[in-house]
Amino acid sequence: MNKLERLPEKEMRCVYAETLIELVEEGRDIVVVEADLARTNGTDLFARRFPERFIDLGVAEANMISVAAGMAAMGKIPFTSSFGSFAGRRVVDQLFMAVTYSHLKIKVIGSDPGVTGGINGASHQAFEDMALMRALPDMAVLDPGDAYELRQAVREAAAYPGAVYIRLLRKIHPAVFGPDYCLKIGKGSIIKDGHEATIIASGYMLRPALEAAATLEKQGVSVRVLNMPSVKPLDTQLVLSAARRTGAIVTAENHSVIGGLGAAVCELVAGEYPVPVRRVGMPDHCGEVGTADFLCRKFGLTAENIVRQVHIALEMKRD
Amino acid sequence: MTEKEIKGLGEVSRSVRELIVEMMVEAGSGHLGGSLSIVEILVVLYHKFMRLREGEPDWPERDRFVLSKGHAGPALYAVLQTKGYLSRNDLMTLNKAETILPSHCDMTRTPGVDMFGGSLGMGLSAAVGMALAAGMDKKDIRVFFIIGDGESDEGQIWEAAMAASKYRLGNLVGFLDGNKMQIDGTVDKVMPLEPLKDKWLSFGWDVREIDGHNVEEISGALKRAIECGDKPSMIIAHTVKGKGLSFSENILTSHNMKLTPGHLAQALKELRASRK
Repeated sequence: MNKLERLPEKEMRCVYAETLIELVEEGRDIVVVEADLARTNGTDLFARRFPERFIDLGVAEANMISVAAGMAAMGKIPFTSSFGSFAGRRVVDQLFMAVTYSHLKIKVIGSDPGVTGGINGASHQAFEDMALMRALPDMAVLDPGDAYELRQAVREAAAYPGAVYIRLLRKIHPAVFGPDYCLKIGKGSIIKDGHEATIIASGYMLRPALEAAATLEKQGVSVRVLNMPSVKPLDTQLVLSAARRTGAIVTAENHSVIGGLGAAVCELVAGEYPVPVRRVGMPDHCGEVGTADFLCRKFGLTAENIVRQVHIALEMKRD
Repeated sequence: MTEKEIKGLGEVSRSVRELIVEMMVEAGSGHLGGSLSIVEILVVLYHKFMRLREGEPDWPERDRFVLSKGHAGPALYAVLQTKGYLSRNDLMTLNKAETILPSHCDMTRTPGVDMFGGSLGMGLSAAVGMALAAGMDKKDIRVFFIIGDGESDEGQIWEAAMAASKYRLGNLVGFLDGNKMQIDGTVDKVMPLEPLKDKWLSFGWDVREIDGHNVEEISGALKRAIECGDKPSMIIAHTVKGKGLSFSENILTSHNMKLTPGHLAQALKELRASRK
């Protein structure tokens, strides 16, 4: 238990690798297939511990995905990774053939999501990975926000009878959850209750969402906050009950406003229980070099903007 | 190989060609050229070399086969029928609605198909993954494959080639179906590949070159390739697109063509005549 309490002190890529090691020690037949980013994404740790389960294919992401597919066909549980840009948009056809066409249970990690690609710039920032992954039938999509959520996401993914895409924040991030946190694919949770509007957030945008909710409380607005780490399958029951109870939704994601969490909520709500939905996220715009903070401020991925959008949604609700 | 064995494999090859044409006439069209060019290779693999279990297409310890040039699915299906994994009725459902036999290999639908196909350039990578997994588990499982020459334009083929060599995958053995044609023209015209043998050698593979329609040469090459335990093996098979029939041999448009009952009658006539 002591070890778990100290989890948020570690870099999340370290937590990723340690969780894989844990799973092998528990008897899961995991293999790690990398494309020259083991050191970047943390699995060099795994390679040292289980060299016989570690494959590095060099800078060849397409090969990485299809090799993982072959290993999955033989009963292994392959975890592959690259930056979200290269584990996502670069290899969509390879993912389609392995996952959608063939139902092979590969697990794909896309690191440095959205603004956390930072000074690597737009080529290394994935703002569209969830949109692409969501559009692939039979690919689950997870966006964990802290070390506890990540550890749970990896454990769930290993046990899940299907392919899973997980966004990986690589560095140290403050804890939102605790050692008892439980994540289930297809489930979200209410992390703060309220009744006038709902903020639905995932991953990196969880803390701004909670900040925004606190600000709104001070302004006399009672806001529910939903954590939705499982962007696909979406926790439709939780989203619809929030729509019914609160009548206004604002989504917040470290991702484009096109195709991700916000889009998933709109798709559901528009057809089942239409309420105003405002989306906070990257507008339809290329990323750029900058710290995560700078990019958030420039493109509106802030608590401030979430608050603003809640007020707009409340206005629309009144009309 | 004995005369009897050679004759026997020749007979099976003839049956397979008949079945391919029958299937495609029933479906109305098909990837005839690239299916006919790999018949002997498939027949020798499935009838002489692959360690399989009758009636158990999912036997976990079986040797695996990857048809990376997945559009030649019908050739594989015909051979699977000769092994009893599919029925003649199954074959007649090629490309019909809700079929278990789509044009391009689907491992979720067809008993006996070990890996997907259809998007070119990926099957070899999958074969590498399968060979790696078998090696990790210290299992005596071989992974065979066929890639196309046109398919070799895909960069991913070479990513897989490098990986197979790095990992010394002696249990990975396969063929390049060198029928010298692709869709827009001959391979030489569209994207020349020579020197092909040199390329595979420089990638660290054990390489052989054969007549891809000669069952003895196919068999000899496979035997020696299998014995080569510390390198992956590539057998460059010189083949003829559309081999065996006058209306398809060396004809570019045989890649994907419409087929009528007239074609079937012609095919049966020619295949029976070739029996002597």
